[in-house]
Amino acid sequence: MSTIAIAGTPQASEPPANVAGNHPAGAVRKCDTTGLPVCKTAERYVKLNAVMAVVFLLVGGVSALLLGLTRWPSVHLLPVDWFYRILTAHGLNMLIFWIIFMEVAILYFVGTTLLNSRLASKALAFTSFAMMLTGALLVNAMVFTGRADVMMTSYVPLRAHPGFYLGVILFAVGTLIGVINFFATVYIAKRDHTYEGSVPLVAFGAIAAAIIAVVTLLHGAIVMIPAFLWSLDLIGQPDAAWYRLVWWGLGHQSQQINVAAMVSVWYFLAHITTGAKPLNQAVCRGAFVLYILFINIASAHHLLVDPGVGATWKIWNTSYAMYLAVLASMIHGFTVPASVELAMRKKGFDKGLFGWLFAAPWRNPGFSAFFLSLVIFGFLGGITGVTLGTQQINIIAHNTLRIPGHFHTTVVGGTSLAFMGLCYYVVPLVFRREYAWRGLVRVQPYVFAAGITLMALAMSFAGSYGVPRRHWDIEFSGAPFSPGFDAAAHFMMGLVGVGAVVAFIGLLVFILLTVHAVFLGRSNEGRAMTAW
Amino acid sequence: MEERKHPIQRLMDNTWLLLFLGVVLTFISYTAWGVIELMSLPNATLP
Repeated sequence: MSTIAIAGTPQASEPPANVAGNHPAGAVRKCDTTGLPVCKTAERYVKLNAVMAVVFLLVGGVSALLLGLTRWPSVHLLPVDWFYRILTAHGLNMLIFWIIFMEVAILYFVGTTLLNSRLASKALAFTSFAMMLTGALLVNAMVFTGRADVMMTSYVPLRAHPGFYLGVILFAVGTLIGVINFFATVYIAKRDHTYEGSVPLVAFGAIAAAIIAVVTLLHGAIVMIPAFLWSLDLIGQPDAAWYRLVWWGLGHQSQQINVAAMVSVWYFLAHITTGAKPLNQAVCRGAFVLYILFINIASAHHLLVDPGVGATWKIWNTSYAMYLAVLASMIHGFTVPASVELAMRKKGFDKGLFGWLFAAPWRNPGFSAFFLSLVIFGFLGGITGVTLGTQQINIIAHNTLRIPGHFHTTVVGGTSLAFMGLCYYVVPLVFRREYAWRGLVRVQPYVFAAGITLMALAMSFAGSYGVPRRHWDIEFSGAPFSPGFDAAAHFMMGLVGVGAVVAFIGLLVFILLTVHAVFLGRSNEGRAMTAW
Repeated sequence: MEERKHPIQRLMDNTWLLLFLGVVLTFISYTAWGVIELMSLPNATLP
């Protein structure tokens, strides 16, 4: 009889796990709260990557505030050149640097703590971090000195300084080295039997994210190396249609790494905050497999109005196959809250249909951030994403604010909020420092979620009135014609500004509290973290 | 009696096969097919 295994269940054909792991003597400590093993080498690089993630989050967050105050018609803060400069910085710092630094930290944590293994290579971890940091700093230097006003997409024939492309390449290769280090850790963990049965579900999700990262970074290398050579005048200009096609293999797929990592964080936070366990391991893992196989081709959304690729290519990549990835998100969107419901009912909170939900630990910022992330990503992000991925709707909505309205619910309200919730455990457990002003911490996820939801919805509605994205002045001041946007569109743009300010306050509170905790927080070494 | 793993379980436990399939499927379905479509476009004729 063939069976579907459950994580932690030894298979008859496998030797028993080495419960001590494969850590060299003195290179591991036991977590005072969870009892899990913590590889000290990995811990150092988890800290370094997490700190840099928050630094770049701050840069991207300040940029977001400036953009929000510029698109707010009655404020219109930045001059035109600085608007596009800051827009470039915002996209790269938020979508790439903040999130990918955090994801590398997650990979090192998962590969060593959850798989009970040593980190495969300290040298690779250092090389990866040094290249990523150098790349990110170089890109920011180019952007803020006005030598790369090409926005995140850097579509040719827009041309930036060679340092910009070099920075992106360094960051991408550094990330790839970090991912290779993670895969090597997974390999030695399996070889040394440091865990029993299948890898834990959270680790499986991280593996899915790492696989998607490999696909993403290969596309990055294919597209960025020719662009770099072109910027040095060593080759001619790459074909614009080819560039867009391959660039989105980098640009959109990098957001799919986020999705897989975010869902893993949901499972982790659901477990650590409520004791939830996946309802069905096989179904949850199957959903991750659907991500691995089908989510990357969703990049084709960005080319739905491009004339170069045909209808069959567009429909296959954005509909039939991609819906299997949507199915995966729906599975996670139901199984994660269902696992929380089951855990809460087992604790006795079983009054009525939603008694378990009202009794959930809403004062725990890890829980509230994860659950709000799930709702914002699943409902707002999922619904807007699937509709915008339809060719007939995309032709209307393309390049309007409906598109940023969608992805601010997925990568900001979804991924960033989930990662903030994760930090409320990473700092006490990995940095072994306690958060101060805990009342403020408890409120932070709600403020950020409210701001980002208001901003994203307002963007979506303004986009429905035809307001373009990436536009400094929708009034076309001084032009011989008037675009004639409806008054409601202007109202919505005002709400975009208000939402941006509220979200920024939530973001700033998170950064200040986290920086304070990391550097000045009360140490909890030798005892369990203070429960939320 | 030694239990046999379900084929899907074997797939889910095989990180390297998943990595291979993830890379190859995307490159065939999105990248290679897309590039072929672009390369197949006839040159535009000037008016």
